[in-house]
Amino acid sequence: MRAFRSVTSHAAVLDRPDVDTDQIVPKQFLKRIERTGFGEFLFYDWRKDPAFELNQPEAQGARILLAGRNFGCGSSREHAPWALQDYGFEAIVAPSYGDIFRQNSLKIGLLPVELPAEQVKALMERARGGEELTVDLEACDAGGFAFALDDFRRDCLLEGLDEIALTLRADDAIAAYESAHDAPVSTLSL
Amino acid sequence: MPQTLFEKVWESHVVERTEGRPDLLYVDLHLVHEVTSPQAFEGLRLAGRAVRRPDLTLATMDHNVATGDDTPVDPLSEQQLETLQRNCDEFGVPLYATGSGREGIVHVIGPELGLTQPGMTIVCGDSHTSTHGALGALAFGIGTSEVEHVLATQTLSQSRPRSLRIRFEGEPAPGLTAKDYVLAAIGAIGVSGGVGHVVEYAGPAIEALSMEGRLTICNMSIEAGARAGMIAPDDATFAYVEGRPGAPSGAAWERALDRWRALPTEPGATFDREVVIDVAAIRPQVTWGTNPGMVVPIDGAVPDPASLGDPDAQAAAERALAYMGLAPGTPIREIEVDRVFIGSCTNSRIEDLRAAAAVVHGHRVHPSVRAMVVPGSAQVKAQAEAEGLDRVFEAAGFEWRRAGCSMCLGMNPDVLAPGERCASTSNRNFEGRQGAGGRTHLVSPAVAAATALAGHFAEPSE
Repeated sequence: MRAFRSVTSHAAVLDRPDVDTDQIVPKQFLKRIERTGFGEFLFYDWRKDPAFELNQPEAQGARILLAGRNFGCGSSREHAPWALQDYGFEAIVAPSYGDIFRQNSLKIGLLPVELPAEQVKALMERARGGEELTVDLEACDAGGFAFALDDFRRDCLLEGLDEIALTLRADDAIAAYESAHDAPVSTLSL
Repeated sequence: MPQTLFEKVWESHVVERTEGRPDLLYVDLHLVHEVTSPQAFEGLRLAGRAVRRPDLTLATMDHNVATGDDTPVDPLSEQQLETLQRNCDEFGVPLYATGSGREGIVHVIGPELGLTQPGMTIVCGDSHTSTHGALGALAFGIGTSEVEHVLATQTLSQSRPRSLRIRFEGEPAPGLTAKDYVLAAIGAIGVSGGVGHVVEYAGPAIEALSMEGRLTICNMSIEAGARAGMIAPDDATFAYVEGRPGAPSGAAWERALDRWRALPTEPGATFDREVVIDVAAIRPQVTWGTNPGMVVPIDGAVPDPASLGDPDAQAAAERALAYMGLAPGTPIREIEVDRVFIGSCTNSRIEDLRAAAAVVHGHRVHPSVRAMVVPGSAQVKAQAEAEGLDRVFEAAGFEWRRAGCSMCLGMNPDVLAPGERCASTSNRNFEGRQGAGGRTHLVSPAVAAATALAGHFAEPSE
């Protein structure tokens, strides 16, 4: 996983609620078997509209995305955070996220910051005014607002840790669980 | 302290609990399909890791598959299906490939094979994994990084969500379906109303539902933002599981029953949040916008965005109406459709097809409508054909197709053309979901069937 410590950049503003992962990456691009190169498909249909927020000159090169509530709702496609990251975003700030999208983002080092709606609106105003923002995970601060993230996820992000390797350190505990519990099903004997 | 169903299943699957870290949970069943798995298998390959428990893993092909010989899939879909076959061969994962007779939508075949059982933890790289909660399992969707984690370790590290109980009280009007219950519930709590929660659906109206109806309800938990939905297992659950290929038998069946009967939420157990829905007040539901919370009764009209919630909600409603090509105040019944789709992991089981067939029997699809039925699995298809439902649909002018996800998300050639309007029994009416520029209205199988005959939204009684 890509480590995340801090990012300073102007921010793109996408002030819409309930942006679903079907918009972030439409289904026709889920047929690829690679993990990279999804940035060009980000918001594929919306980007055809010249008035779309990310098409504006001030959004170009932004590494922070300010978004509305329930960002990334819908499908579990990790292609959505892959596309945002590949496009150049390193952090998102929104009032809330789709649960699976948030989890997926944390797993790849794309930081989903959660702040109260009025603070996100305030950051959007400042971003529209051309102000650069800093999202700092060590300080848990986004543009002067404190945010929370549990210590474990924060450490994983700061260090870019491979979570599978971490879990495999608990191999004894997993084996103990398996010997204490009969598997309820077997897919090999149907 | 009295425990909820969710707490019991969660606690019995904790492999390791460390202060300040998410719990490490054991996964009893990992379902795999072709879209969200290739990068996970590649990750294993690059790290030199094996699949820890192929015997707790099952793959099928569903999202990309062709549903008819007239619509072969494109080379990229072919490649993704072949990649799944290759990965399953290499890592020893059992696969029900197209043509095996046991293939189908991953959330239809799990329960159908008896692999989905009360008290289990089940994950899949698909948000509609919540479906399996209908049998009292804790089941939720995961992304590809988590798919790789489960393949390698058979565990997931998870923070415990909050709990929400939705009680369905009252007596439903005749003909009301589980799809109407769940759409009404999403309309009531909103598409983010369940974020961070596991939902338990309860109350007399839920207990009275068939297993198919319960699967429909739990399927759409994610459309309210909840990663998982659950229903307490009861005699209907046990009767559904008994005798299926994956179900225990003999003495093991009796032991399983003892465990399962201890699962339901105990009196006095508390939830972080409770919502009550009066079923008697629900009418057949039709969505008008671009998320499943934008829903009204079929007797209603397209709402005026100015009448809705906060400025964000109003702006979203205006965008939705522009996309849907609808004007505020239009009666739902006057909206004409071009297409009807009966299928998807929400509504493609045998009971759904029986309900739709009962409506269309002896009638003809409206001449301006193209209608299709896509069974959820090869076994549902075979069962329906044994009952003659295929002939009922074809005589009425429906296309009868092979099993798959099909036009729920249009990864295969079953898509809407830009501007086409569809009454669909699927779960998502997002922009472009069924094809770029396509306009989706979510409904029950009965309303979809009646709409196919009338050419505009209609109830079976019309």
